[in-house]
Amino acid sequence: MPQVTLTVNGKQHTVEVEGRTLLVELLREKLGLTGTHIGCDTSQCGACVVHVDGISVKSCTQLALQADGANVTTIEGLAAADGTLHPMQEMFREHHALQCGFCTPGMVMSAIDLVQSHPEGLSEKEIREGLEGNLCRCTGYHNIVKAIAAAHPLMHAKAAE
Amino acid sequence: MGFQGIGASVRRKEDVRFLSGKGNYTDDINRPGQLYAYIKRSDRPHAKINGINVAAASAAPGVVRVFVGGDMAAEGIGGLPCGWQIHSKDGSPMAEPPHPVIAVGKVRHVGDPVAVVIAESKQEAKDAAELIEVDYTDLPAVANLTDAVAAGAPEVHDGVAGNICYDWVIGDKAVVDGVFASAAKIVKLDLTNNRLVPNAMEPRAAIGDFDTSSGDFTLYTTSQNPHVIRLLMGAFVLHIPENKLRVVAPDVGGGFGSKIYHYAEEAIVTWAAGKVRRPVKWTAERSESFMSDAHGRDHVSTAEMALDNEGHFLGLRITTLANMGAYLSTFAPCVPTYLYATLLAGVYKTPVIYCNVKAVFTNTVPVDAYRGAGRPEATYLLERLVDVIAHDTGIDKVELRRKNFIPADAFPYQTPVALQYDSGDYQTTLKVALKTADWDGFEARRTAAKANGKLRGIGISTYLEACGIAPSAVVGSLGARAGLYEVAEIRVHPTGSVTVFTGTHSHGQGHETTLAQLVVSQLGVPFDQVEVVHGDTAKIPFGMGTYGSRSLAVGGSAMVKAMDKVIAKGKKIAAHLMEASVEDIEFKDNTFTVAGTDKSKTLTDISLAAYVPHNYPIEELEPGLDETAFYDPKNFTFPGGCHIAEVEIDPETGVVEMVNFTAVDDVGRVVNPMIVEGQVQGGVAQGIGQALLESAIYDPSGQLLSGSYMDYTMPRADNIPPMSVATENTMCTHNPLGSKGCGEVGAIGSPPAVINAVVDALKDYGVRHLDMPATGSKLWSIIQAARPRMAAE
Repeated sequence: MPQVTLTVNGKQHTVEVEGRTLLVELLREKLGLTGTHIGCDTSQCGACVVHVDGISVKSCTQLALQADGANVTTIEGLAAADGTLHPMQEMFREHHALQCGFCTPGMVMSAIDLVQSHPEGLSEKEIREGLEGNLCRCTGYHNIVKAIAAAHPLMHAKAAE
Repeated sequence: MGFQGIGASVRRKEDVRFLSGKGNYTDDINRPGQLYAYIKRSDRPHAKINGINVAAASAAPGVVRVFVGGDMAAEGIGGLPCGWQIHSKDGSPMAEPPHPVIAVGKVRHVGDPVAVVIAESKQEAKDAAELIEVDYTDLPAVANLTDAVAAGAPEVHDGVAGNICYDWVIGDKAVVDGVFASAAKIVKLDLTNNRLVPNAMEPRAAIGDFDTSSGDFTLYTTSQNPHVIRLLMGAFVLHIPENKLRVVAPDVGGGFGSKIYHYAEEAIVTWAAGKVRRPVKWTAERSESFMSDAHGRDHVSTAEMALDNEGHFLGLRITTLANMGAYLSTFAPCVPTYLYATLLAGVYKTPVIYCNVKAVFTNTVPVDAYRGAGRPEATYLLERLVDVIAHDTGIDKVELRRKNFIPADAFPYQTPVALQYDSGDYQTTLKVALKTADWDGFEARRTAAKANGKLRGIGISTYLEACGIAPSAVVGSLGARAGLYEVAEIRVHPTGSVTVFTGTHSHGQGHETTLAQLVVSQLGVPFDQVEVVHGDTAKIPFGMGTYGSRSLAVGGSAMVKAMDKVIAKGKKIAAHLMEASVEDIEFKDNTFTVAGTDKSKTLTDISLAAYVPHNYPIEELEPGLDETAFYDPKNFTFPGGCHIAEVEIDPETGVVEMVNFTAVDDVGRVVNPMIVEGQVQGGVAQGIGQALLESAIYDPSGQLLSGSYMDYTMPRADNIPPMSVATENTMCTHNPLGSKGCGEVGAIGSPPAVINAVVDALKDYGVRHLDMPATGSKLWSIIQAARPRMAAE
């Protein structure tokens, strides 16, 4: 079987995979990083979103082999070593932007990329449109939108430090 | 840290684990030596199975075993049981055809399990399933309700004439017909309630584990009620006694009803684990969810209201066809009867009601309770009918509702359809919602929208539901094959911290937080010293689970009862320690006090004494401080309220934009306002989804056309408006918390509000009614068809 070498949450791994293995399967089954979820089989739901070289990617749309040499961040890699939550995680908690928690990892990873790529600010409409690729069945999105809006200034203030 | 008891918007205990990727969902669990199951499903809506050739699949790489329906049948394993029996109007029991775990002889819907491959890896199991050859003879199939009851329709089950599962009535037809015969006016409406797929974001999964040394089975499953699954699967399917079967429902990623039921896959992995003596895991792919999770709704109804000249409701007459799908799912028969027709009084004092429901088999996925379960169907029918009455009579739609409301001083109120409402104040929720939504200012907004080329409409729904299910004796008399009490164990540990064991199950509701708040308020134990345990039959004494917005009203009440026992025992211990009479001991804020003195002991003092009983009334009292209570509710609870939707339609595309949504609900005592708002927002989004976007579509031959997220439109963030959500509460009068439940109100109240708004926006186009979902293409067609007529006028 072919090998893939990649860095996940700062740690390098070399893993044997089948050619058809998806990145999400590598993360969940080979590396035990079960925080990244699989919610569909048509790349619609976004529960599997991770960052590949800093960009949000649906990890069910990428073969594991395509991630060779990549730097991957999953939901497990967001909080600081001392457990301090990322501002997006903190705002999701503060604004009750999660219920069952299943879409949450992908939602948080998408939201971080959305905020990072819009330093100028995000209107409510832009946040809603930016979440097109992430389904949530519990919250009605209301509080997710609030959490992302609240995280925006925190993340950009932190980036400016 | 501020107040964290009842009434505080405490941030959730469970959030840090979910936000850090440390949730423990069923598919995250892996057992040593685990194998994988892949289920070969029927691609035919209805066919005879002539033979199944599994030779190639059995010989494929990594395959351990392949099972077909006959393998289970050979061991005397029958079908999946149904938990509710309805009787037809002639007194005969409903038709209850067998529901094989794996199909035997025939398949009856696309998705029906035909064979299961057990292999070393998921991929190998799936590859091998491709090699299974099923020799089918296709049979005529029927998917939709009106086709299924037509003369000469294909029969889904041999011997079930006309595909009728039951033909049930409530109310006195002769009396209601009499009222209609002398009524000043009759308004009639035909409508459908569209079929939905619940679509919890976590697909179902199950792991069967068999301990070869003890002979014990464990099932890990995505369930809302692990004890119910243990009972149904153990006693009725696999014949495993409860002491040898543990069911664990760990973190579950949403349910909305779809994870109540005992599904074939749970029995398959448990049984197969015993056969191969290794753990067996199955995880649904989303396309499997579409064809194997119980669907929701799917009614076709005719509703008629008899009125006097002033618009008072005199009588309601309804006929409904309800789709059961190919087999009876666990609670399916009660949904269109006791969870539907008993709600048809709604918030109105309609004196007489008659409803006939025919439940119908079709070659489709079984239909069962989905968020609201029967009550959204009743509410949609009533609230559309009321708007159509306003349309036909010219009476203002708000005034029409007001004049027919059950007044706030009429409680307890006995409806003509069995239920007795304990409390409510419909005028108040209406008044507050109208003000919040600026109802009176709407016409100016309509005019402004028109100037921008948009059609703006506003819609209202004043609704009520019954939840907190349910008094066991009552549901037993109505056909339930189970009691519907709830169970709680309160374990005060030696050093005063508390573990709550609840028979309810949290799959998004936040019970680990809200139930802890009950302990903060009643026992005065700090929030961070309370742990809530749920979802494991090996830990929890018993439980009926979470559905029907029952967790707080029923499960919370069981906790109150158990904590009352803790306090009562604690008083006896305190009396002994402080050498006082039990009658003189008071308990408040974590402290037992001798009334009128400064003598006191904390709960921790008492619990320590209870577990280290050196100085203890050991002759009359057992050591320990651990109490269990079963609480059987005295009545249903009756949340209600008013929802107002405001929409804008682009006449060039037909696309509806939700511009405002207001919900003012009466949910009784609120434990955590933040969580209540979240529950309502989520329910409203599902209601908007039903009204505008979602529909499970079968073609006439029984093929499921909307079988993935490519075809089934889930509400996305930009389909849902910002919402104004508030409560105006009256207390439930018969449970100790006063809570009514909030999980379903959003999905119940909102669909008619949205459709009423859409119809209002199209009022110049001659629209009296349209069926859900109000998609862009549907509205565009209506607008296009009306344009020549409008141009001519």
